[in-house]
Amino acid sequence: MNFPILSSLILLPIVGALFLFFTKDKDGNNLTAKYVALFTTVVNFLISIYLWISFDQSMSTFQFVEDRTWIEGFINYKVGVDGISILFIILTTFITPLCIISVNNSVKNRLRDFLIAILIMESFMIGVFCALDLVVFYLFFEAGLIPMFLIIGIWGGARRVYSAFKFFLYTLLGSVLMLVAIISIYWITGTTDVVQLYEIGIDVKYQNLLWLAFFSSFAVKTPMWPVHTWLPDAHVEAPTAGSVLLAAILLKMAGYGFIRFSLGLFPVASEVFTPLIYTLSVIAIIFTSLIALIQEDMKKLIAYSSVAHMGFVTLGIFTLQQQGIEGSIIQMISHGLVSAALFLTVGVVYDRMHSRLISTYGGLVSVIPKYSILFMLFALASLGLPGTSGFIGEFLILMGAFKDNFLVAVIASIGVILGAAYMLWLYKRVVFGKLLNEDLKKILDLNRSEYFILSCLAAPILFFGFYPDPLINTIEVSVTDLINMHNTNIASK
Amino acid sequence: MENLNLILPEIFISLSIMFLLILGVFKNDSSKITFNLSLIAILITTIITFNETFSVTRETLFNESVVLDSMSSLMKIITLIGGFLVLVISSTYLKTFKIYNIEYPVLILSSILGMMVMISSNDLIVFYMGLELQSLALYVLATYKRDQLKSSEAGLKYFVLSALSSGLLLYGCSLVYGFSGSTNFDIISNQLNSEEYVLTFGIVFILVGLAFKISAVPFHMWAPDVYEGSPTTVTLFFTIVPKVAALTVFIRFLYVPFLNLIDQWQMIIVFLSIASMVFGAVAAIGQTNIKRLIAYSSIGHVGYTLAGLATASNEGIQSSIIYISIYVVMNLALFSCLLMLRRKDQYYENIDDLSGLSKNHPLLSLCLLVILFSLAGIPPLAGFFAKFYVFKAVLEQSMYFLAIVGLLSTVVAAFYYLRIIKIMYFDKEKDKYDNDHSLWLKLSLTVSTILILLYFIFPSQLIEVVSRINII
Repeated sequence: MNFPILSSLILLPIVGALFLFFTKDKDGNNLTAKYVALFTTVVNFLISIYLWISFDQSMSTFQFVEDRTWIEGFINYKVGVDGISILFIILTTFITPLCIISVNNSVKNRLRDFLIAILIMESFMIGVFCALDLVVFYLFFEAGLIPMFLIIGIWGGARRVYSAFKFFLYTLLGSVLMLVAIISIYWITGTTDVVQLYEIGIDVKYQNLLWLAFFSSFAVKTPMWPVHTWLPDAHVEAPTAGSVLLAAILLKMAGYGFIRFSLGLFPVASEVFTPLIYTLSVIAIIFTSLIALIQEDMKKLIAYSSVAHMGFVTLGIFTLQQQGIEGSIIQMISHGLVSAALFLTVGVVYDRMHSRLISTYGGLVSVIPKYSILFMLFALASLGLPGTSGFIGEFLILMGAFKDNFLVAVIASIGVILGAAYMLWLYKRVVFGKLLNEDLKKILDLNRSEYFILSCLAAPILFFGFYPDPLINTIEVSVTDLINMHNTNIASK
Repeated sequence: MENLNLILPEIFISLSIMFLLILGVFKNDSSKITFNLSLIAILITTIITFNETFSVTRETLFNESVVLDSMSSLMKIITLIGGFLVLVISSTYLKTFKIYNIEYPVLILSSILGMMVMISSNDLIVFYMGLELQSLALYVLATYKRDQLKSSEAGLKYFVLSALSSGLLLYGCSLVYGFSGSTNFDIISNQLNSEEYVLTFGIVFILVGLAFKISAVPFHMWAPDVYEGSPTTVTLFFTIVPKVAALTVFIRFLYVPFLNLIDQWQMIIVFLSIASMVFGAVAAIGQTNIKRLIAYSSIGHVGYTLAGLATASNEGIQSSIIYISIYVVMNLALFSCLLMLRRKDQYYENIDDLSGLSKNHPLLSLCLLVILFSLAGIPPLAGFFAKFYVFKAVLEQSMYFLAIVGLLSTVVAAFYYLRIIKIMYFDKEKDKYDNDHSLWLKLSLTVSTILILLYFIFPSQLIEVVSRINII
C-alpha cells in the first residue's frame, strides 16, 4: 500500500479548512463555505468507504500502516487501522457531513469559522482512531479540545462560557496524568509504538499505576460516573452540530482508548480493576437513568442517557469476553448514530420554537407527523428495541456480562428497563398528548435537508439492527486476537 | 596568544556602543540613525557569533575565566535575536510616548553585552561583572518612561531589590571563594566536596541571587510591579532576554562548580520549580492587567525551565534550553499582539480591552488564540512540546512528584489563558483598534505565530541544535 490513505483522511479536512480560511466571510447564509466544507467531508467519507472495502477482514494485524520518523530516535508518526478502529473512522466521516448539512438552521453567525472548527475537529478525531503511537494519540486526543472549546463557547447557548470552561478543564485535568503515564512507558520500555508495546508487554509491577493514569483520562472523556458532570453542561449549551459531534464521536474516543490501550497494554491491571469499572458502570447505568427520568430539558435528558449508554459500553469492554467487547463496539457505533439523530431531532424543534423544555411541547404528532415517526424510530433505537442497532449492542454486552458476573448483569438489565422508561416518557410528553401550546400549531414539518439527514441516520440504524454481520465481521478477528493476546498475557504472568 | 576571534562578538558590540554614544552626542536628532545602526550592529554581532563560535565545542580564554562552548554560542544567538526583535518592534511605541531617544538602543546594547559576558563566564568575577552591566542597563530601561510615576516606581523597585539580591550573590561568591581558594569554576569544581557544610550556605546565597534574576518564587516579588510599570517594549525585553542569560548562568553554576554537590542543591531547585509553577498558575487568575498577567505566567514558565534543571542530567539541561527558546518565541508573539492594541496614540493593556477582539480583528485574535493555547501547553502547538521535553527529562529521573505537580499546574494555568480567549471570542466587541502597524511588528507576529503553529512538523531541528550541548 503506497498511497498514504490514512494520512490523506487526516489531512483532507485540514486542507478544506485552509480553503475556507481564505474565502471571504459573508454574513448570513454563506453557501460557498458550506459547499466547500460539504465537498471535503463527503470526499473524506468516500475515501473511508473505500478504506473499508479494501480492508482485509481476515487479518488481525494493523493495515494501511504508515510509519515515518518524526522526532529522531523517539517518536514515529505511525498510523494504521484494524477491525476495531476502522468502524470509528467511518462513523466520524459519516457523521461530519451530516453535521455540516444541519448547520443551515442552527448556526446563524460566523458560519465560516464554525465550519473550519468542525473540519479541524474531524481531522483530529480521525487521527485519534488511527494513531498507533502513544504520543501521536495523545496529540490528537488533546488537540480536539481547542476546536470543541470554541464550538461550545462561541456558538453555544446561554451558559456557554461556563460549559466550555468546564469541558476544557475537566478533560485536560484527566489527560495530563495520561501524559505522565505515556512518558513513563517510554522510559520503562524504550518505545511508544503501540504495536511494539503489544509484543514487549509492560512489566506487571508498573501496570496498575499506569492503568489508573490512563483511566483518569478515559473516565473523564467517556464520561463515567462520578466525573460525568461536564457532559450535560457541554451538551446542553453546544449548538446542535456541536452536540452531535460530542455525543457521536468524542465520547467514543475514550471507549476506543479503553479497548486499544487499557486492555491491550495493561492486561493484568485490567483484570485487577474490573470490579472498579463494574461498580462505576452499574452506578452510571442506574443512577444517570434515574436522573434522566426527571429532566425537563430534552437535550439534558439525552445527555444523561448518553452517560448511561456509555456505562453499558465500559461494562461490556471489561467483561473481557468476546461478546462483551464486540457488543461494546457495536453499542458505540449505534450510540453514535442514535444520539446524533436524537440531538438533531431536538435541534429541529428547537430551531422552530427556541425552547428545549419538554413542557413547551406535547401533541406534536398531529401537526408534524413525519417528524414524529422518525423521532419514534430513534427513541426506540435508543432504548434498544430488537430490529434496531441499539438492540444488538446491548444484547451482546449483557450476554458477555452474564458470562462473567451474574449480579452485575442483572442490575445492568434493570438499566435497560429504565432506559425504556425515560425515552418513552420523553416521547409521550413531546409527541403525544393534547396540543396545548398555541404556537405549536404553526410549527412546520421537516424540511428537505432535515428529512435527508434524519433518513441518512435512520437507514443504518435499521439496517444494522436487522443485519449486523458487516459490523461483526469487521471487528471479529481483531477482537478475537485481542482476547487471545489478553489471555496469553494473563496466563504468562 | 589568546584566540581573540572567539570574543570578537563582545569586542564588536562594545565598540559599537561607544561609537553610538559618540554619534549621539555629536549629531543632532540622531535617534533614528542610532536605532538603525544598533540594529545593524546586533545583526553583525549575530553573524560573527555564528561564524566564530558556533562550531566550537569548548574553548577557554584569559586563564580559563571565559568559556566558549556550544551552550554559550546558542544562548548568545538567542539573546541577540531576542534583542534585535525587541528593538525592531519598539519604535512605534517609543515614538508614541516621545521617548524615541538614542539612549534606548544603547542601553539595550549594553545590557546585551552584559548578558553575553554572563553567558560566557567561567569565573565568579567575570560573571559578576557581566551581571552588573546588564542589571544597570535594565534599571534605567525600566524607568525609561520617566515622566510617569509607575515607570519610575518600577525602576526604583527593581533597583533596590536587585541590589539586595546582588549583595546576597556576592556574599555567596565570597563564601565559595573562601572554601575553594579560587574564583574559577573549574577549579572550584575540583576543590569542593560535600563534606563542608558551611559551603551549602554559599550555594544557597548564590542560588537565591540567581533565582531573583529569573524571578523564581519566592524571589519573584519584583516581577509583577516592574513588568507592569515599565514601558511595554522594555517589559518584553525583561521577559525574554535576561531570562535566557540568567538561565545559562544558572545551568553553568549548577553543573560546573557545584556539580559534586548535587544532593545539596537538587532539593532547592525542585522547590523553586514547584513553587514557581504553582504560584505562577494560581496568582495569575485574578489579574486584570495583561502585563501583570504575563509577569505571573512567566514566573510559571520559569518554574518549568527549572524543572528541567532539577533533573541533574544532560537531557534535563537540553529540555530547559528548548523550553526557553520556545518560550522566547511565544512571548515575542504575545507582546507583538499587545503592541497592536493601539487606538489614537493610546495603548491598551487591560484584559477587558480585548473584549470581542475576534469580531473586529479576526486575524489578530486568531494569532493570539494560537499563542495562548500554546502558552497553556495544548498540543499540537509548540508550547506543548516544550513542556513535553521537560517532563520527559523529569520522568527519566523518576521524579514523579515534580512531573505530576507540574502538569496539574498547567491545568490551573490553562484557566487564565482560557479566560483571555473567552474575553476575545465570547464577549461583546468594543471599538476597533488602529490597523496601521509597522511592517516589523506584523512580520514578527506572523513569523512567530507560524513557528508556534507549525513547530510540530519539524520538531527535530531544534533538538538537533540543542543536543550538541553536553555540560556534564
